[in-house]
Amino acid sequence: MQELRELYQETILEHSRKPRNYGELPSANHKAEGFNPLCGDHYTVFLNVKDGAITEITFHGAGCAISKASASMMTQSLKGKSAQEAEALFGQFHDLVTGNGGQPEKLGKLAVFAGVSEFPLRVKCATLAWHAMRAALHGDQDAVSTE
Amino acid sequence: MSTVVKTSPHETRTMPAFDVYRVRKDFPILHQTVHGKPLVYLDNAATTQKPQAVIDAITHYYRTDNSNIHRGVHVLSERATEAYEKTRLAAQKFINAADSREIIFLRGTTEAINLVAQTYGRKHVGAGDEVLVTNMEHHSNIVPWQMLCEEKGAKLRVGPINEHGELLLDEFEKLLGPKTKIVAVGHLSNALGTINPIKQIVGMAHARNVPVLVDGAQAVPRMPVDVQDLDCDFYAVSGHKMYGPTGIGFLYGKAELLEAMPPYQGGGDMIASVTFDKTVYNRLPYKFEAGTPNIADTIALGAAIEYLNQLDLKNIEKHEAALLDYATGQVQEISGVSVVGTAQEKAGVLSFVMDDIHPHDIGTILDSEGIAVRTGHHCAQPVMQRYQIPATARASFGLYNTREEVDALARGIRKVKEVMG
Repeated sequence: MQELRELYQETILEHSRKPRNYGELPSANHKAEGFNPLCGDHYTVFLNVKDGAITEITFHGAGCAISKASASMMTQSLKGKSAQEAEALFGQFHDLVTGNGGQPEKLGKLAVFAGVSEFPLRVKCATLAWHAMRAALHGDQDAVSTE
Repeated sequence: MSTVVKTSPHETRTMPAFDVYRVRKDFPILHQTVHGKPLVYLDNAATTQKPQAVIDAITHYYRTDNSNIHRGVHVLSERATEAYEKTRLAAQKFINAADSREIIFLRGTTEAINLVAQTYGRKHVGAGDEVLVTNMEHHSNIVPWQMLCEEKGAKLRVGPINEHGELLLDEFEKLLGPKTKIVAVGHLSNALGTINPIKQIVGMAHARNVPVLVDGAQAVPRMPVDVQDLDCDFYAVSGHKMYGPTGIGFLYGKAELLEAMPPYQGGGDMIASVTFDKTVYNRLPYKFEAGTPNIADTIALGAAIEYLNQLDLKNIEKHEAALLDYATGQVQEISGVSVVGTAQEKAGVLSFVMDDIHPHDIGTILDSEGIAVRTGHHCAQPVMQRYQIPATARASFGLYNTREEVDALARGIRKVKEVMG
C-alpha cells in the first residue's frame, strides 16, 4: 500500500483529473504524437518554439493517470525553457523514474514521480509525453512509440 | 454430479466430480505469494499455467527419450517418434477429427492461420475476391488475411457486432457473396468472451461453397469441441492456452483441402524424395511439418490433453460458467464498473472498465494485491474501436480458479477506487 501511495501521490491524481495546458494548439510550430501500443495511451504534444525557447506548450490525448499527470506537469515545467534545458530536464526525469538517482532537487514538482521507479512497467507511461515532446523538438514527423 | 471413489478396500467416500481445491494441487506455480499476497492468477486467456504432468513430460523427454524423430533406427528415436505421434492421436480424439492426418503440429494458432492464408488463401483468393472476418477477431485472425488481401488485391470484409458483443448473423450473411473465398472467425472471443454460433456460420458459408477457418485458441480449454459436428474446414489451436507448453499448437484441416494445398515451408521431413530436378512432397500431415519439429513440447501437449480428458471438459465448462456468473455479479455490484461484452453465449472472460480510471492503473493496483489480470486492447484493437474505449481490464478464468479468488478480485477493484479516489 505504501508503494502504491508513493506512485499515486495526490498531486499526480489531481493533475490526471484536471490536466493543465490540455488541448490542441493550432498555432504550434512543432508537434508530435506519442503512442504506447501496450495500453493504448496516445498523446500529441504541441510546441511553439521561438528563438530556441519554448514559448507555448500543450498536450492532447488519452491515457492512464500516470501518463496524463506526467504530460500535464511536463507542460508546466517546460514553458519558457530552451530546447537544451528541456532535453536536460528529460534526462533528469528519466533518471528519477528509472531509479538511476539523478538530482530530484533540480526537478522541482516533478520529483513526485519518484515512486514510479518501484513500478518498472509504468516507466513508459511516465515518459510517454516526454518522448513526444522531444520528437516534436527534433521535428520528427512520425509518431513515437514506446515499443 | 458425484462419483463414488474407492480409496481402499474398506473405505468408500463420495467426491465431487470436479474438486477445484484438489485440482489446484496439480499446478505448482499457483502456490506462491506476489507482493506478500497469495497469487490470484486471472490472466488465463493470455496463457494458462501448467500442471505437474506437463512439466514432468518435458523433463522426462529430455532426460530419457531425446532424439530426432521419424528417420532414426535406434531406440531413442523410436521412443521419441512414438511419443510425438501419440500426441497427434490424442489431438485428433480431443477435437474429434476424422483422421489423425488432419492434425498438423505448428507453433500455435497464429502460425496455423498464417499457414492457411499463405497456402489455401494464396491459391484461391484473387484480385477482387473477399475474405470475411468479424469485428471481434484477435489480431492473429485479421493481419494474416490483410496481408493476403494486400498481396492479391482482394478485400477484407468485417461482420459487425452488437452492443453486447454478439455477431449480427443477418448482417454477416449479407456479406457472404460470390466473391467471398474464405470465412475466418473466432470460436470464443478473447476480449469479450462471446461464443460464436460456429455451426450456423459454417452452414451459411457452406451453402455458398465457402470454407470456414475457426480460431479455436480460447475455446478448446473451455468446452468440448467436435470439428466434425461443427463441420468447419480448418480449426486452429494453441497448446499454451490449454495448459500445455508455449511454442506448440496445431491446425486441423479437412484432409481433402489439405491434400490440395501447396506446402507452407520447404525443408526436411516434408518431402518424399528430393533431386535437383524434382522434389516430391511427403504425404499428410508431414507435408506441412518441415524441419525438426518442437518434439518435447508436442509430447507435453499430449500430457495436457490427457490431463484435460481426465478432468473432463464438461466439468471444466460447468465450473468456469459458475465462476463467470459469480464474478459478473460481484463486479457489477461495484458502482462505476461496467462489463464490456455481455453476450448471451459467453465463457471464461470478464472484460470491464471503470469510470474515470484507466485500465492500466487498475492493473497496477490489482497486481499490488497479488491479482494478475490483463489490461490493454488484448490484441483486438477493432473491438476497442467498436466500443470507443482505449482498453479494458480483463479477468479470464481457468479450471483452477475459485470463488475465493473472485472475492479477492472484487476486493481489489474496491481498492482501486479507494487509491484513485
